[in-house]
Amino acid sequence: MNALRNLLVQLRQYPSALAGLMVVGFLLGLAAFALVAIPYSQALELWRGGAQWQHYPVNASPAWSNWFRATNLPRTVRVESRAEQAVEERFEGGRILSMPLEFDYHYGAFPSEMNLFLSAEFAEREPFMRLTWHTPDGREIPVGGRRISRQERVSISQDWNLERRLGGLPHVQLLADPNSNGLPQVLPGRYRLEIEAILFEPEATLEATLVAYGRVYGLAGTDHQRRDLMVALLWGTPVALAFGLLAAVGTTITTLVIAAAGVWFGGWIDATIQRLTEVNMILPLLPILILVGTLYTTSIWVMLGIVVALGIFSAGIKVYRAMLLPIREAPYIEAARAYGASNSRIVLRYMIPRILPVLIPNFVILIPGFVFLEASLAVLGLGDPVLPTWGKVMNDALSEGALYHGFYYWVLGPAVLLMLTGLGFAMLGFALDRIFNPRLRMI
Amino acid sequence: MTDSADKLAAPYAAPRSTGGLLTDIKRIATFTIMRLVALFVTVIIGVYLAILVANMGGQVDQLRIVQIESGIAERFRADPAFFDLPSEQRQALIDTQVQMEIERLRLDQPFIRRSVDYLVQAISLNLGRAEQLHSDAGSRQVRDIIVERLPATLLLFGTANFLIFFTSIFAALYLSRRYGSGLDRAVIGLAPSSAAPPWFYGIFLILIFAFLLGALPHGGMVDVPPPEGRLAYAASVLRHMILPVTAMFVASIFISIYSWRTFFLIHSSEDYVEMARAKGLPGRLIEQRYILRPTLPPIVTSFALSLIGLWSGAIITERVFNWPGVGTLLFQAIGQTDTPVIIGSVVIFAYLLALTVFLLDVVYAVLDPRVRLAGGAR
Repeated sequence: MNALRNLLVQLRQYPSALAGLMVVGFLLGLAAFALVAIPYSQALELWRGGAQWQHYPVNASPAWSNWFRATNLPRTVRVESRAEQAVEERFEGGRILSMPLEFDYHYGAFPSEMNLFLSAEFAEREPFMRLTWHTPDGREIPVGGRRISRQERVSISQDWNLERRLGGLPHVQLLADPNSNGLPQVLPGRYRLEIEAILFEPEATLEATLVAYGRVYGLAGTDHQRRDLMVALLWGTPVALAFGLLAAVGTTITTLVIAAAGVWFGGWIDATIQRLTEVNMILPLLPILILVGTLYTTSIWVMLGIVVALGIFSAGIKVYRAMLLPIREAPYIEAARAYGASNSRIVLRYMIPRILPVLIPNFVILIPGFVFLEASLAVLGLGDPVLPTWGKVMNDALSEGALYHGFYYWVLGPAVLLMLTGLGFAMLGFALDRIFNPRLRMI
Repeated sequence: MTDSADKLAAPYAAPRSTGGLLTDIKRIATFTIMRLVALFVTVIIGVYLAILVANMGGQVDQLRIVQIESGIAERFRADPAFFDLPSEQRQALIDTQVQMEIERLRLDQPFIRRSVDYLVQAISLNLGRAEQLHSDAGSRQVRDIIVERLPATLLLFGTANFLIFFTSIFAALYLSRRYGSGLDRAVIGLAPSSAAPPWFYGIFLILIFAFLLGALPHGGMVDVPPPEGRLAYAASVLRHMILPVTAMFVASIFISIYSWRTFFLIHSSEDYVEMARAKGLPGRLIEQRYILRPTLPPIVTSFALSLIGLWSGAIITERVFNWPGVGTLLFQAIGQTDTPVIIGSVVIFAYLLALTVFLLDVVYAVLDPRVRLAGGAR
């Protein structure tokens, strides 16, 4: 406890270390928040995509990007039908249901898309409906009629007939000011979509939701599959930290034990370890990971295992060996031998703990390397198949041409988090290095 | 290889010992050969490992059998001589042919024996035929495809590495003379920025210089269509190289300067350097003879290590910049699951790494007097 306090006191002399510590703390907090806010199974379910995201816009920028823009881009407007607003009119063999879907629209730009979701309940005969669009200046535009199945998505934006009739994209023309010359301008005010449905059965019901998809969404925006990027950015944090930490712990500890064993036993064991290290140094790690990823599995945990396995005989062995050689001759080791300590006890309890403090900075500096390795694999298209990670978001963005289309937020979100992780751990590690290795401190 | 090493060694060795020149050469040659053998063994182990990984669970065998089956079936279907045969007879014929082919390729033998076959094929660079990809010249041979892409990779990474190496050494020497200055502290402060790999900076550079400013191309190696004339072509390639080289440069320059600076500072406090200073030797001479000369071997070693690291990084940097090198090839091969190309690229990577290490070992032998004196017993 005292040692820890001393360390903190020393760390305080390095502003970069404090900054690094804060960043690492922030990331740990974010990871904890992600684990609590979105449970694991739910995160996987969300990231799988599909119908659960159907009310979300495609490729929407983060909402805060409006602060840097002259025009106020729209958020998604979602209007649900309410029973008390519906007017019923019975006739023989059925009834006519009139439902208004009303909303205010005051944004500076048009929605990116417009859909009407209908869910009807009936026994046999499908209801029929007719749609009328009422603009704030009193125009009435028929939007068309159709039969309704149980679950129906009426894509107003992709209605070709409507587009031809209006002379432009429906979700633009329906909201446009008719007096605007040149580029269409939004006519602000209260809009109404009137649904007139004929239900042929007494028990039949109809519910409708109108979605005018925005161009901005949430804190992180959405991707090409309408998924909220926040899920991936949040959940990428624990995944990245876990991968980086486990890989760093795994490689450091195994390497250390092997190096210590080599130093302690000497002879052919030491020689074999040395040769294996030389072989391992020229083994191409990334191509081997790529090979495994392509042929077997892209599971992040398998990749982690391979990274650790190939990291056992890493170049670090040479460094640790140089540190451990003088320790082997230290009097306390001789004392341990004299009282009959076993080989494993000497290696694990006496030699390794001695150089652990020197390794802590190395260990901290190693972490971002592994975090970026995971991202690199994902950018190559070998990301974990189910887990949402930062690298996978970047891969999606790059393969969908996000930079080309100007969806900068899509790349910048995960990039900023990756950079934070890299800088945070590196700054902390460099400062620790100076504290634990006094030789550097003088310089 | 040994000849060139001897030639390299001669000018260094000659002024030192008049009678020992021949022994020097002999020792360096022994060292070189030993390293060559050791590296070759290493490559064999590496490639064998790659083959084991690639064939775990018989994936590659399965692929090859499927290839053989479809190839033979296709041949029978296309040949008019077999049109009249009843389908059962044709199927029987196909089956026997497939069986013969499997026996010919020894796919029915145990894996241990076959893996040796594969190893020999891979080591002799007999890399087989690609499944999907082909070279720009139209060849389906994996070797041709890779050889066509190699110069692009070598150009880009060679340039970036040499730039990083020499800049960081000279900047580090400069800073070690002025340590504690504002510039020095700035470089130390910037060192953590190297935690991010080159492709990461590449994305930002592309964003800023290619898309926001539109000043530089966002990817590729030459303009489309390629300009006429050698000079225009070279200029176009240079323009396309600016961003990737900058990305690699930014990603490793600060950590490189930082570690060299620390290294030089430690060495410039050695007693013999203090002695030289006390003698009143000019600063430049101290740097060259008393600091740089004895520290050259470790510098070379770490250069080799950084090269190895960059070879791996090449794959993704090339992907981000769409540079038509081996890395992009590997990426395409992954996308189309073209196993022969993937394995071939791994083999080539292993060879390139070994070659890098070997060349630097030779330089090391020339630079380090201990190698010459002890004769390979390092």
